[in-house]
Amino acid sequence: VDDGELLGRLRAGDQAAFARVVRAWSPAMLRVARAHVRTDAAAEDVVQEAWLGVLRSLGGFEGRAQLRTWVFRILVNTARRHGAQDARRPDLPGGPTVDPARFRDDDDPWPGHWRDDAAPTPWDPEPALLAGEIRALLGTALADLPGRQRAVVELRDVHGFAAEEVCAMLDLSPANQRVLLHRGRARLRAVLEEALR
Amino acid sequence: VTADLACRDLVELVTAHLEGALPGPDAAAVQAHLAQCPACRRYLDQVRTTITVLGRVDVQGLPADVRARLLDAFARRHGRGAG
Repeated sequence: VDDGELLGRLRAGDQAAFARVVRAWSPAMLRVARAHVRTDAAAEDVVQEAWLGVLRSLGGFEGRAQLRTWVFRILVNTARRHGAQDARRPDLPGGPTVDPARFRDDDDPWPGHWRDDAAPTPWDPEPALLAGEIRALLGTALADLPGRQRAVVELRDVHGFAAEEVCAMLDLSPANQRVLLHRGRARLRAVLEEALR
Repeated sequence: VTADLACRDLVELVTAHLEGALPGPDAAAVQAHLAQCPACRRYLDQVRTTITVLGRVDVQGLPADVRARLLDAFARRHGRGAG
């Protein structure tokens, strides 16, 4: 369904079309909202309020932006209003993303290179990776990531937003967005490695 | 393996590499390392695979009662506006 057709259906009161976009976009909206407010419940309130704002404004939407972009702009404005008092951010995490013990010591002829007994080993072929069990495991590990890593990985890799969009929605610099994405992906790769070896 | 860039440094550059965010000399060093290091190529492949699997995971959505409230609001708004 393209944007124009979807907009037409929503304006015509097609409830099934509305139910589909709510289902498709709300998970990403929750992640964005949760980056601005303190609790899951507050994030749900923000998403609900944003959707109600979308319904009020739908008649005035002029189609200059993509519909999804416009909906997320309303969401971010709503989240910022709710989250203004939560502006303090924890520092970015530091340190290596792979266990340093897996690399050779500094007095080795190849300092910092993989140890023979600790280099990555092949994973099971693709079908195993896409099995429900592995996807469920990865979904759980994703939900367990620190909040901002989870938000960035989920928006980028699950929902397919571009880096610039994520920076704008979460108030991140490009470098910080990349650090959070890197740490989250490294952690999740390690979870799969643990499960598949 | 190459001495210019150790594997433990390369694993911290994979995201910048995948994002195309590395400055020219660093990008070249990463390419040169990957060309010679099967273990790091495997590590990078596993990160790519992780991203692929992430594209298929189910994530938390709105609770059913909130969704139902939104659908009600949609129906009411349209019912009023359409008459």
